[in-house]
Amino acid sequence: MTIQVLMPALSPTMTEGNLAKWIKKEGDSVESGDVIAEIETDKATMEVEAVDDGIIGKILVEEGTQNVSVNSPIAVLLEDGESADSIVIPSGAEESSQITDIQDSSTAVADAPSTQNDIVSQPAGAHVKNRDVLYAQGVVIEPPVFDEAPFMAATETMTVRVALKNAMSEEMREDDDIYMMGEEIAEYNGAYKVTEGMLDEFGARRVIDTPITEHGFAGLAVGSAMNGLKPIVEFMTFNFAMQAIDHIINSAAKTLYMAGGQLGCPIVFRGPNGSASRVGAQHSQCYASWYAHVPGLKVVSPWSAADAKGLMKAAIRDPNPIIFLENELMYGQSFEVPTDPDYVIPIGRAKIEREGSDVTIVAFSIMVGRALEAAEKLAEQGIEAEVINLRTIRPLDRFTILESVKKTNRIVSCEEGFPFAGIGAEIAALIGEHAFDYLDAPLKRVTAADVPLPYAAGLEKLALPQTEQIIHAAKEVCYAD
Amino acid sequence: MASTKSNKVSAKPNLKAISNSNPEPTLDEMMKLYEEMLLIRRFEEKAGQLYGMGLIGGFCHLYIGQEAVVTGIQSVQEEGDTVVTTYRDHGHMLAQGMDPKGVMAELTGREGGYSRGKGGSMHMFSQEKGFFGGHGIVGAATAIGTGLGFAHKYRNDGGVAVAYMGDGSANQGQVAECYNMAALWQLPILYVIENNEYGMGTSAARHAAGQLYARGQGYGIPGEQVDGMNVFAVQAAARQALDYIRTGNGPYILEVMTYRFRGHSMSDPANYRTKEELEGKKAQDPIIQIKSMMMDIHGTKEEDLKKIDKKIKARIKDAAEFAESSPELAPEELWTDVLIEVE
Repeated sequence: MTIQVLMPALSPTMTEGNLAKWIKKEGDSVESGDVIAEIETDKATMEVEAVDDGIIGKILVEEGTQNVSVNSPIAVLLEDGESADSIVIPSGAEESSQITDIQDSSTAVADAPSTQNDIVSQPAGAHVKNRDVLYAQGVVIEPPVFDEAPFMAATETMTVRVALKNAMSEEMREDDDIYMMGEEIAEYNGAYKVTEGMLDEFGARRVIDTPITEHGFAGLAVGSAMNGLKPIVEFMTFNFAMQAIDHIINSAAKTLYMAGGQLGCPIVFRGPNGSASRVGAQHSQCYASWYAHVPGLKVVSPWSAADAKGLMKAAIRDPNPIIFLENELMYGQSFEVPTDPDYVIPIGRAKIEREGSDVTIVAFSIMVGRALEAAEKLAEQGIEAEVINLRTIRPLDRFTILESVKKTNRIVSCEEGFPFAGIGAEIAALIGEHAFDYLDAPLKRVTAADVPLPYAAGLEKLALPQTEQIIHAAKEVCYAD
Repeated sequence: MASTKSNKVSAKPNLKAISNSNPEPTLDEMMKLYEEMLLIRRFEEKAGQLYGMGLIGGFCHLYIGQEAVVTGIQSVQEEGDTVVTTYRDHGHMLAQGMDPKGVMAELTGREGGYSRGKGGSMHMFSQEKGFFGGHGIVGAATAIGTGLGFAHKYRNDGGVAVAYMGDGSANQGQVAECYNMAALWQLPILYVIENNEYGMGTSAARHAAGQLYARGQGYGIPGEQVDGMNVFAVQAAARQALDYIRTGNGPYILEVMTYRFRGHSMSDPANYRTKEELEGKKAQDPIIQIKSMMMDIHGTKEEDLKKIDKKIKARIKDAAEFAESSPELAPEELWTDVLIEVE
């Protein structure tokens, strides 16, 4: 029996990698533990070790091949007594070895979001004076004016990761007061490679590796913001920002008010939020509702690369403390992004990603992709869903949600966070207060299960909200089941 | 008590470049320090009165007894230096040159206050005077102060940040985190531990292991213990420390041994210490000490000092009147200052 050597995953979220180099060649005998090849991803280079003894019978993927899918066969190992003649080329192996230039290999990820940016009609928006005051008072306000369509005329394809980096780099080129701080962001080029190359461009004065002391460096960054700088603080994940949450809330969010408007805190706290893939309960939490609870913060959560670019630029230019919730599973996904450097998405404005008349599905971050996928499947069953990508969690674009519900009379909210006091609960309150008479069915929430995220693959999948649940919830509110 | 200058750790053995010359203070210099300490004393006494009258609410932490600390350090700061402290902050604001009227009106929660009544005793700021709060969470000011120092270095503006903390704060994890970063990045920051012997009601002997001034040693930060009841001792140590920092050597720790004559806050009867202990400390009152020095060395007359006291009392009376008569903010201001308007 020949043994297939498969392309290994270097991290829980890796879906593909490059086969950099073969250390062993066909005919070489190997023992378990021998390094046989080197593979690389955008994050790291790693050695592939043989897990069995044998002879390299055939190399299926030549060195230098890019974007080799995880778990595809890269070589065949012959056991004692076997000859190369016994090799049966596994179907698909040749194919995968020839993949060279395909950007989006999202098949291993739960959802495959549309990379198209269809232009659907958006609320026009309004210029509103004292928007923040009205927001604090609970007034429903039209979102800020933004006509996205002209920006979509000229776009380029890029990953969320690169979009974030480009946004930060463009802003840093314009303003020396902006600097970045975080764990592994400089010499390591970012734990998730979001800041790759930024040390080279901006130098160690402006791209700063910190010790693993979130509480201290978050407070330090806040102090530097009070003293005139504009820090971008990366948390390797938002789970670790729990150590820093006192400074985020007590020192950053409350200062402007406590100072009677005299002293603000222009700062961006960013990093991946929510679950990644089988990293366990302590590394897998959505903090959207935690931060959205706090006056004095703005909370932003992009889905696409265009969102990431336009919202990051808005966040950096905003004079207030911003929580910027990214998603690790989205970093490698590609989308069309406007090339215009002035593509800045107003904070506080949601985007209708897909128009529909039968049910409104509200989502943010990775859940937008799942919502769109659900909408496509619902359409096959004759249900036209309108999908709203919130983009900003606080201040919530209540106007766009309400206008949509007034049209569809049905709503499903989706989030990766826990249900209790979550974003869906807030949307339920919004609908109850402002659109009760428009509803034809009770609102449904699609959320994570109300348990710490389990590690076991099957249980994890059960705990996280999947496309099927969105479809099910949408059909329930349409009484279509 | 450990109130001598002999307690010192120098993490950098070759630290000789710093000027050790502390010239005898002139009468003018003494008078200035006396006036500044007295301004804080009289301000705090008045604040205590207004609190008793119900004009000041919430928490109110008085600085009485500790005046020499901030006065001595401020006297050797330079224009452009920045200051941050905890919630026992009235003295620090006055020392930074903030107007007693604005501080007192903040205590009464009025429009004329530095935060227009929205901050209160623990939360006042003045960018103009380089004062960055006023922070109510123990230890937070140390991290913020480290960030002030970071910004000075980033801009290369020659400024030094002075971050005050109490003996209680010194135990916070983030203080250790900040010592590490400040030393690693050679930030221009003076950490001042105002050791008033109690973290609220728990004595330093019961809450702090080892010596607070020595806690930077492992990071290579020199530290020193200073008599905080003697404004000249504080001034001399601060001058040396600030010289050290300003010449690019990185952070420095001063543990200033002091004592608060009042409770932790207005609502604290301070039953955790004896009357004898308090009386012993009051005998070292920094204001009485400097008064005696002026009289002994320069022959200053009691009546001249009384004139100054009278002048200061009049100033405080004005501040109190302003604080009582300034209106509260209009109700619609409840909603302002949450965010800076962007559109």
